[in-house]
Amino acid sequence: MKSAVLVFPGSNREGDVARALTRITGYAPAMVWHADTALPEGTDLVVLPGGFSYGDYLRCGAIAGRAPIMDAVQAHAKKGGLVLGICNGFQILCEAGLLPGVLMRNAQLKFMCHDVFLRVERSDTPFTRRYNAGDVIRVPVAHGEGNYIADAETIARLEGEGLVLFRYTSPEGKLDEAYNFNGATNAIAGILSDKLNVLGLMPHPENHIDAAIGPTDGRGLFESVKAALAA
Amino acid sequence: MKARVTVTLKSGVLDPQGKAIEGALKSLGIEGVSSVRQGKVFDIELASKDKKAAESALKNACEKLLANTVIENYRVEVIG
Repeated sequence: MKSAVLVFPGSNREGDVARALTRITGYAPAMVWHADTALPEGTDLVVLPGGFSYGDYLRCGAIAGRAPIMDAVQAHAKKGGLVLGICNGFQILCEAGLLPGVLMRNAQLKFMCHDVFLRVERSDTPFTRRYNAGDVIRVPVAHGEGNYIADAETIARLEGEGLVLFRYTSPEGKLDEAYNFNGATNAIAGILSDKLNVLGLMPHPENHIDAAIGPTDGRGLFESVKAALAA
Repeated sequence: MKARVTVTLKSGVLDPQGKAIEGALKSLGIEGVSSVRQGKVFDIELASKDKKAAESALKNACEKLLANTVIENYRVEVIG
């Protein structure tokens, strides 16, 4: 499987996600600079990593969302290729119009950096086939702008079509405002595109893959992508 | 030609930064503040001498980059 990790000025999690991809899928990704205009031939998965692209100037992800490489990412997504945006990558996908909605300042105005619990809402997607629907996974977050909002019509469509893939819940998987730490609409932590091939999520599954440093609940996402591409 | 673009949050969009500023103004004892909404101002210089063309270019700039129209409104003023 061929993956490409995009690198923008100010990305800082590209090494983490490249390591996760290499260790779990067995293939090292190509690192693709934002000013390039093409993805490597045969790219299966494009990853937009976390960080602070362009210093979060203007709006988080706004400038990166219009970077030269993004036309190639749009074309890749349009033909059904897999795209994964993590944290700032999710913000970039929203700004680029590949996913609907916006990630606003966390409701309590603080940068939050800790583990959270996510409920996996469905397992019949390329990103979650190695989980079961209803599984609760523990992964870290590290963001100041992760409060997902969209207009009421978009939220109704996302919910109606099952495009909400991850929600912030209690460790038991119950919806509880106490665990919706950033104030996201309907506790949304990650959403899919209509064709299920583009995923954006705020938490960092790539940071919980190694038993030496803690939980390994994030592995399932990369194992899922590997399985989906092998299928 | 000079222009000013003002980008503001749409009404109904939660503005925690505005709320925090509102709280700070109140704690400073500044009276009569009932609400604060934070926005952005861009002062832009254009090569064009044509007002219509400048307005059209700036509107395009707002739609493409300066504003996220999901949550923000924008206003373009060509000052001349």
